[in-house]
Amino acid sequence: MSENESELLHDHNDDGVDRRGFLKCMAWAGTGAFLVMQAGVLKSYSLSKMPKLGPKSSGELSFAQISDSHMGFNKPANTDVAGTLKAAVDRINGLATPPEFILHTGDISHLSKSEEFDTVDQILKSASARNVFYVPGEHDVLDDDGKQYLERYGKGATGAGWYSFDTKGVHFIGLVNVLNLKAGGLGTLGGEQLKWMEDDVRHLKHSTPIVVFAHIPLWSVYPAWGWGTEDSAQALAYLKKFGSVTVLNGHIHQTMQKVEGNVTFHTAASTAFPQPQPGTADSPGPLKVPAEQLKSILGITDVTYVRGKHALAVVDSSLA
Amino acid sequence: MRRSVSTGVFLVTLGLAIVGLDGVAGKATASAQSTPETMAVKIDNFTFGPAELTVKAGTTITWTNRDDIPHTVVSSDKAFKSKVLDTDEKFSSTFRTPGTFSYFCSIHPKMTGKVVVQ
Repeated sequence: MSENESELLHDHNDDGVDRRGFLKCMAWAGTGAFLVMQAGVLKSYSLSKMPKLGPKSSGELSFAQISDSHMGFNKPANTDVAGTLKAAVDRINGLATPPEFILHTGDISHLSKSEEFDTVDQILKSASARNVFYVPGEHDVLDDDGKQYLERYGKGATGAGWYSFDTKGVHFIGLVNVLNLKAGGLGTLGGEQLKWMEDDVRHLKHSTPIVVFAHIPLWSVYPAWGWGTEDSAQALAYLKKFGSVTVLNGHIHQTMQKVEGNVTFHTAASTAFPQPQPGTADSPGPLKVPAEQLKSILGITDVTYVRGKHALAVVDSSLA
Repeated sequence: MRRSVSTGVFLVTLGLAIVGLDGVAGKATASAQSTPETMAVKIDNFTFGPAELTVKAGTTITWTNRDDIPHTVVSSDKAFKSKVLDTDEKFSSTFRTPGTFSYFCSIHPKMTGKVVVQ
């Protein structure tokens, strides 16, 4: 196991668990640093300290998450975002277990320009996984309230582009929380989307594993920088009855995990440029790092679902 | 032959540029004569600076984005609204009527500012 991978495994079937137990971890992909700030009863492991999950067990579902490709960004923090996105695709194509599809958790483009979307589409065509599922970031809906995004990526979606699908017994929900933002506020899902979501999960069995993905974190990572969603508590309330819920986000350009009750939260690294850790800079602007370090803090996320265990193994890999 | 064609194109372009500069200079002179107030707000580190500005009616305020990340300037009551401003791009609005105008960045709504027109 290389040093630039880290893994969290949360086994929600671990009985006798204090499910209010709280575990907050933070990992910078690439540095090998993995910090458990407060250990609850849910377990997390660094892959370097545990045997690798048997990747060939039947009924397994693997998919990759990429995020924040910001195509069109050309400032000193990374002048070749196309190159680093290509590196991310190479990384995905090199995974031991090929992912069945890719989730892109938004900020596909930097300025919502059609040529920026075109470039990303072109690069992702070389991925081994044919299907890519998207949710928009705030950079994808500039000036047109998401009209272009919806035309390009929203076929079959509802409202501003939210949707759900099922594969191998896992229910995926893609949410939009980057439109109609209010002065002074955070990300917003809105009443119409929340109502849709309530109906979407109403008839699912409690044992159905749920994966929710959206651009802005659905947990309060750092509200002072807008890293949270106003009405995410309502969305999460609809998911309380489920035994296994995984929430995948982007937006903050760094990997971070938290487990709260039945819900595992995870944010992915950017494929374009890093942002500072919460509160460690004057603003969340792009973090400039020496060129030789850049690829060590950009990355992809590989998620494996093991049927019967209701556990999702989340592996962050840097591009270095 | 090819060379002379491209020189001709170059000269035409230069001519247009000179006309353009003349136009800007003339406008600036005319503005100076009527002495309207102009004020500047810089967008730096995800912050409007100054965040609060008190101006006389008729003042034009120009916002300049100095971040590596795009921002917008949008009034809460939709009285004014910029297109997305990439690095070093500007947006101007003239405030003719007294009142208080709150605004924010619609991409990063934690960024807020206020213009008080007297």
